[in-house]
Amino acid sequence: MIHNGAEAETIDPQVLTGQPDGRVASALFEGLTRFDPRTGRGVPGLAHSWDISPDGLRYTFHLRTNAAFSTGEPIHAEDFVWSWRRAVDPVTAADYSGFFFYVKGGQAIATGATNRLETLGIRAVDPATFEVTLVNPTPFFPDLCAMRIMAVIPRATVERLGDQWVRADPLPCSGPYQLESWRPNDRIRLRANPHYWDAASVGCERVDLLSGDSPTAALNLYLTGDVDFLIDKVVIPSELGDVLVRRPDFHSYAYLATYFFRFNVTRKPFDDPRVRRAIGLVVDRRRIVERITRMGEQPASALTPPGTGGYVPPAGLGHAALLATNAADYAVAMRAAALEAQRLLAEAGYPGGSGFPPFTYMFNAGGGGGARQHENIGVEMQASLREHLGLQMELRPVEWKTYLSDMSQLNFDMIRGSWVGDYQDPTTFLDCFLADSGNNRTGWRSTRYDGLLSAAAAEPDSAKRFALLREAETLLVREEAPIVTLYSYVGLFAFDPERWEGIHPNLTGEHPVWAIRRRVAGGARSAVASATAP
Amino acid sequence: MYFLRRLLFLLPLTLLIITLAFFLVRVAPGGPFDRERRPASPAVERALAARYHLDESLVSQYLRFLGLRWERQPDGSWKRAPGGLITGDLGLSLKYRNHSVSDIIRQGLPISLTLGGTAFLFALGFGIPMGFYTAVRRGGAGDWMGSLLALVFICVPGFVIGPVLILLLALKAGWFPVGLWGTASHVVLPMTALGLYFGGRVARLTREGVGQALQSEFVRTAHAKGLSPAGVLLRHALPLGVMPVVSYSGPMLADLLTGSFVVENIFQIPGIGVFMVNSSLSRDYTMVVGLVLLYALMLLVLNLAVDLAYSLLDPRVRHD
Repeated sequence: MIHNGAEAETIDPQVLTGQPDGRVASALFEGLTRFDPRTGRGVPGLAHSWDISPDGLRYTFHLRTNAAFSTGEPIHAEDFVWSWRRAVDPVTAADYSGFFFYVKGGQAIATGATNRLETLGIRAVDPATFEVTLVNPTPFFPDLCAMRIMAVIPRATVERLGDQWVRADPLPCSGPYQLESWRPNDRIRLRANPHYWDAASVGCERVDLLSGDSPTAALNLYLTGDVDFLIDKVVIPSELGDVLVRRPDFHSYAYLATYFFRFNVTRKPFDDPRVRRAIGLVVDRRRIVERITRMGEQPASALTPPGTGGYVPPAGLGHAALLATNAADYAVAMRAAALEAQRLLAEAGYPGGSGFPPFTYMFNAGGGGGARQHENIGVEMQASLREHLGLQMELRPVEWKTYLSDMSQLNFDMIRGSWVGDYQDPTTFLDCFLADSGNNRTGWRSTRYDGLLSAAAAEPDSAKRFALLREAETLLVREEAPIVTLYSYVGLFAFDPERWEGIHPNLTGEHPVWAIRRRVAGGARSAVASATAP
Repeated sequence: MYFLRRLLFLLPLTLLIITLAFFLVRVAPGGPFDRERRPASPAVERALAARYHLDESLVSQYLRFLGLRWERQPDGSWKRAPGGLITGDLGLSLKYRNHSVSDIIRQGLPISLTLGGTAFLFALGFGIPMGFYTAVRRGGAGDWMGSLLALVFICVPGFVIGPVLILLLALKAGWFPVGLWGTASHVVLPMTALGLYFGGRVARLTREGVGQALQSEFVRTAHAKGLSPAGVLLRHALPLGVMPVVSYSGPMLADLLTGSFVVENIFQIPGIGVFMVNSSLSRDYTMVVGLVLLYALMLLVLNLAVDLAYSLLDPRVRHD
């Protein structure tokens, strides 16, 4: 039995957005590739192999001959063509259809520029061969193919039931599991799919995914053995984080997500990069992770977390201090950064903070321990800004939907932000701050930044591509600083390693359910591992 | 006649309440589909709004919700948009998009009803005897102890009692499960956490009610007639003394039966109490309206039932 966090909003792999939803959908539906439980990267799924053309633009996928839905119907290349066309069609209203922008013609369809779905650069060469033409060489394309939105879904069922096709009974599933039952706010029960191509590797015959909002309740259930896995950090009480991470059954790992804050660069005085840089220099990142978050987070000065697909992020504001190996060196470096910040602020016309208008820092509050941390981080920043720069920052906690709506409408001075990467490449972070990205929400537009990103997209050479991306990120986190990053997140999961195996730390936090199995003495694999029945 | 009038009044009142809910929840900033990550394109955003008719004017959304919106068909004829309140259809939840509001209520309500019902009986079961005892022993040590206890139950909120019960009786002693739902033993702790507060209120109301009844003249008369003290207390003072509890029962039961956010959350119980709070936070418009409708109906019906019970219990109350 797995505690899956919040109740799934939908399990339609094409329209879902939440992580709990994604874990269910990944168990039920598969695409050309699937996530490797160790690395979180895309490895062969319903396609057993693929060829890439020399220019890196054409992928030819070879489907498995035993690929089939749980109801027995075989899966052909035509099913992929139909599924992908539905996903990219704006009428489907798939939030994540941006993944198809990499495919030729995808952007034009997803943005509504054309409604001719057949212009998407995909084709079924024969029932077992599926060909994709890309806009640019996209080295992480096999990772994208493992995303839920790229999975194959049952055409006949969707055409019969429309939006509510996932409520079909039986629901034809292309993944390792099929849906047995779904009680909202209680649990989703999965049963192994006997027609899955890799049914032999599926560790548990039956799995219950519990949903609930209270981390304390989840922890209680785990401690009494009612739940075998806490699979997501959100179901682990953050107040106890520093105590729990020291237990042998709690595993903390680097996660592809960054905590930062945005400036509204359309408002004075934050339209001045010197002001933004001054603020970015004085925040005490180490203190925040050591005193407030306390689960092993790494302080960060760049947006892309370290280790993302081999990319080395640039040194952002305040980076010098983060290199310090002891507290004394850190204090010295922080003092130097503060002097530099005071100089920048004076240059901008606010020596010692005089004449600087009062401003607010907005963050989401309420709804559990995570949100309480936002407040503590705000208080910490407030103190730093007052002490080093003489600035008066007022804290403004708002409820989640108000936070989102004010952020989108640029109705703030400074606002908390965070971003979870989708795939292991820096563009999953850097694309957010393109001038026309809906996720930008700073008012910052830079033609140079946009130019560097599009040059990187067209660059086939990996080292040159990363150099271009690094140059763009330097602009973002050091020179222009429309955002200031604080730390990279950690992921956290809990299970008894004596009894279970198959969950591994990886950057994207992908823990496929099929890989979970009961440990048997002597290492033998157990085919019927579910002692999870209530 | 009186009750018939009340019954007739119930319908427009319910309609007024859900109309208010319908518009108020839409006034709040943000919408059901606002997320940290923006959709791939404005076209996707528009399609999503259109799918749930959020792109229409408020008036036409309201008419559609009622089931009173006529749409022009491609052939030029007019046809009523399907669904709507008049057909008993509350629509799909905007957050849990694979479930209809009625589905979620149908699944969670029996659980909340069971929990609330047992908590109600629990509250009456210990509140009335406790209140009665403290009233009879007014001024004595028993009164002092009992009243203090009742006050503690009222003052300590469920989010304190719940975890304390879990810590002592589930995690330490292992007598009861820490949460979830399914068997009788799952009911005990949440029922207690939920019922203590109401039991405390009931005890205080009973104490006041019985205390007043003991001062009244018919009790003195009964004593004078030579009835046994126990007989006076049980036959005359108690029925009159519990009248405040009866009138409190209506709102109390409505509160209990529609689920408790706090207790359901602490014990991870799949009732509807959690939806009550979360639906407004997540701007799940259809769900908010559905749950408000449920709560309003329960409150109105139970209040009516209380009035009916009043006229049966107290001969002085007459409705003509």
